[in-house]
Amino acid sequence: MRALETTPVPEVEAEAEAAPVILGRAIVITSGKGGVGKTTTTANVGTALAALGKRVALVDADVGLRNLDIVLGLENRVKFHVLDVIEGKAELDDALVRDKRSENLYLLAAAQSREKEDVEADAMRDLIEQLRKRFDFVLIDCPAGIETGFTNAVAGAGHAIVVCTPEVSAVRDADRVVGLLPNTWQPELIVNRVRPALVRKGKMLSVDDVNAILRLPLLGVIPDEPSVIVSTNRGEPIALDQTSATGGAYRAIAAKLAGIAVETPPVPVEKPAGMFAKLGAFFGGR
Amino acid sequence: MSGRRIVITSGKGGVGKTTTTANLGAALALRGHKVVLIDTDIGLRNLDLVLGVEKRIVFDLVEVVEGRCQLRQALIRDKRFESLFLLPAAQTRDKTAVSEEQMDALVGDVAAIADFVMIDCPAGIEHGFRNAIAGAREALLVTTPEVSAIRDADRVVGKLRDRGLPIKLLINRVRPEMVRAGEMMSVDDVTEILGVEAIGIVPDDEEVIDTTNRGEPIVLDENNRLATIYGKIARRLEGQDVPLTDLDPPKFLSRLLTMWR
Amino acid sequence: MFDFFKTLFKPQGSGATAKERLRLVLLSDHISLAPDVVEALKADLLAVIARYVEFDESQADVSFETREREVAMLASVPILRVKTDRPSAPRPPDPRVPVTQTALNGGTQPPAKPRPRRRRRKASTQTVGQKPAASPGAQSPAQA
Repeated sequence: MRALETTPVPEVEAEAEAAPVILGRAIVITSGKGGVGKTTTTANVGTALAALGKRVALVDADVGLRNLDIVLGLENRVKFHVLDVIEGKAELDDALVRDKRSENLYLLAAAQSREKEDVEADAMRDLIEQLRKRFDFVLIDCPAGIETGFTNAVAGAGHAIVVCTPEVSAVRDADRVVGLLPNTWQPELIVNRVRPALVRKGKMLSVDDVNAILRLPLLGVIPDEPSVIVSTNRGEPIALDQTSATGGAYRAIAAKLAGIAVETPPVPVEKPAGMFAKLGAFFGGR
Repeated sequence: MSGRRIVITSGKGGVGKTTTTANLGAALALRGHKVVLIDTDIGLRNLDLVLGVEKRIVFDLVEVVEGRCQLRQALIRDKRFESLFLLPAAQTRDKTAVSEEQMDALVGDVAAIADFVMIDCPAGIEHGFRNAIAGAREALLVTTPEVSAIRDADRVVGKLRDRGLPIKLLINRVRPEMVRAGEMMSVDDVTEILGVEAIGIVPDDEEVIDTTNRGEPIVLDENNRLATIYGKIARRLEGQDVPLTDLDPPKFLSRLLTMWR
Repeated sequence: MFDFFKTLFKPQGSGATAKERLRLVLLSDHISLAPDVVEALKADLLAVIARYVEFDESQADVSFETREREVAMLASVPILRVKTDRPSAPRPPDPRVPVTQTALNGGTQPPAKPRPRRRRRKASTQTVGQKPAASPGAQSPAQA
């Protein structure tokens, strides 16, 4: 895959133009159902985009239940949050937390001790607009559900990525969410936590099954690997792990978003390669 | 009679609230209790799917609250468990269609005809969450041993304590082999961080995905280890003193490997 | 291959890392302070104590404990000597610091040498603006 500092191939120069007038893309990552991997997706796609040289801002819109900071391992650096900026208590520059690993990647955290109703959709729209002037990509991590938090997260965005797992309830909720997005949008789909072995046994919906219902352009398929839990435990996005199938899938999605042609890696047929997965299989626990 | 009013909540979505509600409700029904499950996730209902009764919905919770039907008309009896009923959420409305007072009154009405009222709470801590806890008198907090789930659970603990609701903890999707390898927080870690006593520990089991797809609660399969586990949690909810199961103690080989590591 | 060895010989599993990270982040969630503000608070607190007493910096620790929903701040500071050239008036406590409980706890440490007199120690405990008696659960060496 395309690592950060490989050979200086021509396509890198393509974004060196950095025309300041061009606004970045604001994409909301949403799902309806919680726990399907929105935050993990936001963190990893953002990390992988930054590794491709894109300037990326990640915005946590889950007021009261923020987690993007912890998934990125940046929880100790958060001093100000979205509401501080909106309410004029902090400058945007002071609230943007730079990633430990990439100078292209920034986090704007959600307020933890406030309510979602404290944010106005218009204020959110203005904030995202400001960010679009400075970043190539603004990824907005949407809260679960379809209440105020959802409305606010969608308000500033111009695109949507719908994350879904191959489970009936996740598909149903994703379908509901697609219906609530502006109908001029063409949301793209990420199918997360696919277990090829279960699909083969007929115990899990296949990607085709899922998309037969949702009918969205497929942006990527992410395998289910226990190493995602490990990477969250450590606060190190798995997209940086060049040996991980999950990381590779996220890097492929980022490349697609950045307009770099890649062959989408097929969902691995066998157990993915991570060391832990092998050990896990050896334990015979699952 | 006035039954127990228990909300199943978590903060974070996708940790297994609905699966827990369905299976624990079914386990209690199997033990002879009259159980009513209430889906409060208006607009994103799923308990009907997990129970496999989605085609039999005629009326929903909002219609009961608005007086457009009787409570008993809206209750769907689960054919496999005589004493298990579902009060489904409305799918085409939003959470503000019901107020906290209305929810409390509704749950009170349901509790008058049931031994256990299990309230399936939506993810998040917005209006839907406030509604769901408004009708409850005790809470079952579901979490997984993952940082974000625990952080969200901690937020919810604060909100439940503010309401004076007693809390029991169910730790879901534990992977014993990962805990042994040191790559997942243990049950003790989780209870220590949250400061809440565990009433149940449920291992991660891929069968759950399959049974959910088919709309058959896993407790129907007596041979499944999860059926036994939910049965024990049901007994603990009744107040019986049943020790927590040690999730399959390490086998010889894996113990050896752990030492080696 | 390198990952293989890393997995085998890493000092600590990610489960333990997760637990540590959660402890700190929940603490800051509860008291609405960023983790590095908490670190700064600890440093400031020790600096204030250092104005009055000499203590063993290598053993000094300020920690937080969650009991039910209360956050308790516990300082374990092994005192070596009380300073004679004390500043005249202590600075007022910063109202922004929502400390519910503070205890100076040198009790777990071996007695410091030269051993200060009990009365003096008590005085130094109060310098940080807390009544030791109001700290249930935190052992004060002065009372032990």
